[in-house]
Amino acid sequence: MKIKIKDLHAEINGLKILKGVNLEMESGAVHALMGPNGSGKSTLSNVIFGHPAYDVTGGEILVDGEDILEMGTDERAMLGLFLAFQYPVEIPGVTVGRFLKRAADLHAGEGETKTTGFVKILREMMDYLEIDQQFINRYLNTGFSGGEKKRMEILQMLILKPTFAILDETDSGLDIDALKIVSKGVNKLRGGDFGALIITHYQRILNHIRPDHVHIMYQGRIVTSGGNELVDQLEAKGYDFIKKEFGIEEENDVESVANG
Amino acid sequence: MSNPLPTVEIEDYKFGFHYPDASVFKTRKGLDDEVVRAISQHKNEPEWMTDFRLRSLAEFRKKPMPNWGADLSDIDFDEIYYYAKPSENQSKTWDDVPESIKETFDRIGIPEAERKFLAGVGAQYDSEMVYHSIQKELSDQGVIFSDPETAVREHPEIVKKYFGTVIPYTDNKFAALNSAVWSGGSFVYIPPGVKVDIPLQAYFRINSENFGQFERTLIIADEGSFVHYVEGCTAPIYATDSLHSAVVEIIALKGARVRYSTVQNWSSDVYNLVTKRAVAYDNATVEWVDGNIGSKRTMKYPSIWLMGEGAHGEVLSIAFAGKGQEQDTGGKAVHAADNTSSVITSKSISKDGGIATYRGHVKVEEGVKNARSHVVCDALIIDPESGTNTYPYMDILSDDVTIEHEAKVSRISEDQLFYLMSRGMSESEAAMMIVNGFLEPLVKQLPMEYAVELNRLIELEMEGSVG
Ligand SMILES: Nc1ncnc2c1ncn2[C@@H]1O[C@H](COP(=O)(O)OP(=O)(O)OP(=O)(O)O)[C@@H](O)[C@H]1O
Ligand SMILES: [Mg+2]
Repeated sequence: MKIKIKDLHAEINGLKILKGVNLEMESGAVHALMGPNGSGKSTLSNVIFGHPAYDVTGGEILVDGEDILEMGTDERAMLGLFLAFQYPVEIPGVTVGRFLKRAADLHAGEGETKTTGFVKILREMMDYLEIDQQFINRYLNTGFSGGEKKRMEILQMLILKPTFAILDETDSGLDIDALKIVSKGVNKLRGGDFGALIITHYQRILNHIRPDHVHIMYQGRIVTSGGNELVDQLEAKGYDFIKKEFGIEEENDVESVANG
Repeated sequence: MSNPLPTVEIEDYKFGFHYPDASVFKTRKGLDDEVVRAISQHKNEPEWMTDFRLRSLAEFRKKPMPNWGADLSDIDFDEIYYYAKPSENQSKTWDDVPESIKETFDRIGIPEAERKFLAGVGAQYDSEMVYHSIQKELSDQGVIFSDPETAVREHPEIVKKYFGTVIPYTDNKFAALNSAVWSGGSFVYIPPGVKVDIPLQAYFRINSENFGQFERTLIIADEGSFVHYVEGCTAPIYATDSLHSAVVEIIALKGARVRYSTVQNWSSDVYNLVTKRAVAYDNATVEWVDGNIGSKRTMKYPSIWLMGEGAHGEVLSIAFAGKGQEQDTGGKAVHAADNTSSVITSKSISKDGGIATYRGHVKVEEGVKNARSHVVCDALIIDPESGTNTYPYMDILSDDVTIEHEAKVSRISEDQLFYLMSRGMSESEAAMMIVNGFLEPLVKQLPMEYAVELNRLIELEMEGSVG
């Protein structure tokens, strides 16, 4: 799968957030996306999935050459895209088992026996991610701890086997062991026709999942891309280095708010 | 900005069909003494019942319309037919039921349900029960399940003792109306200690236009007995309004347990104004499970008078208010004896401009010791056009009480829909999943067949295309 984002502009309530994002990604590779708080990383993921609160005001998102901007969120998911949410929402009354079964059915290809083996696979994956089997009967994300929610996102990814997954700060708030488990989950799918975009603030997850490419987002744009050395530089010098390196002026955000 | 919420179109009402009016007897439009006498005469009633009807009519004329609740200003009492007799006789087998009537019930699935999971069935078409059956082993045990007319003839002593005692004809305007023109409904008597394990069901069907259906149900569960009574209802869609105004009285004697379940699925032009009340004596339990999906306006608050020590009452109310609908529902519990407990749970969903109102009343009489009541009402609003109200009245005249009340209004959030859709679900499926989740804690407690039927109806209401 080839994802090509060209000069993407998006806003929410008239507030400009993405200001010309250019990014090319391919399955088969793992990309990392870093950038300070509020730079637009989650907005980019939401816009890729067509969140209705955001207005795309320019540019395009091509998946294998086809513009997906007119597609519904569900259609985009069915292309093989997956988003592990930074803040997974609670869905009271809907059990994990029931939800996953339905989502798995939707993703099961023609001719695949939809029910057979589902519970077995689910249990295996839960064991693999060290998630207690009791969670099958819990209501989705409802009352889950931060770490449990993140693991649940990875479980969904393993069940739905996407071609390209965006992990939005899945590592934030995880203890060391959980981080290893989550990384294990991503690495399990790695290789062949799977690609991922790992959004993170920290080097530590990237030590477990070595990215092939690293991109830095700043004020709604990808300002530079490179290899792992970028991560080291960031870790050593902070985002000031990006600012200086790329001659970025602080924007007057007050103005854009006032215009919004 | 794009519209974040699902535009769900209401699926065609499945039961909106009707057959030509083939009534064998019908009173003229409107209501007066003559019409009431005609109904009574047609039923060959004893004089005490005719007198009761006439007294009730006078009361109906006197009583004002309720000045609260759903908007009833469009009801025109002069435009309604109050009695229509669909066939000459009541049948004991479906083969004897007139063809179009039988077809109607086939389409609704009653004979099939009877074969599968019912101990007895009554099927009412307009004003009369056209079919009635009960398993022989139950009648052998002394269980009576008939229409109330038959009971007036065959068991006048029981009828006289209980009829109109739980809900007097003076109770409210619509109880008075029902008392004047009642026709059809059920009479159930369960002898002491008899447990009817599978449900009895009554099905109410309106076929005629501009019609008023006024069934009357009286259930007496003698000491230590158990019965589950299920009622269902549908009507055709006409351009004009119909009226359904039932009275249901339940008497649960010492240690008895009665469960009364309703799936109300009237068409969108029926005013559904029903008075339902139970009395529970020592250690008796009464449960109302009241699902209101259809109708134009519903006003219905199943009540339980806890008269004996240790009595327990539960009301589970589920309402779905769609386009043009007002569901004004809830429940009432009156604690009139020591160690009584009540639970009122209400869940409502409003959509496409529908309004769901919860109206509840918990009363604890003076001097009552150790009364416990738990009231939960949750409302889910699907779109910004729809609304919900909550009116929980408490009338606590004793201080030895434990009362808990929780109320919550939630909306389907954009982020919830987005989350589920990002896993491949369509917008309407995502909304349905959230609605199901909302109902889940309640549906879990329902009898299986009831839960299946309720889910099916709500799914039909929710189904539709994404705008
Ligand atoms: N619903 C919203 N209403 C108003 N502003 C919003 C909304 N969503 C996002 N924003 C703003 O858009 C900007 C980008 O937010 P976004 O969540 O994309 O940042 P981020 O890069 O993911 O940050 P973080 O690293 O903290 O997760 C922020 O300034 C944020 O306040
Ligand atoms: Mg973010």
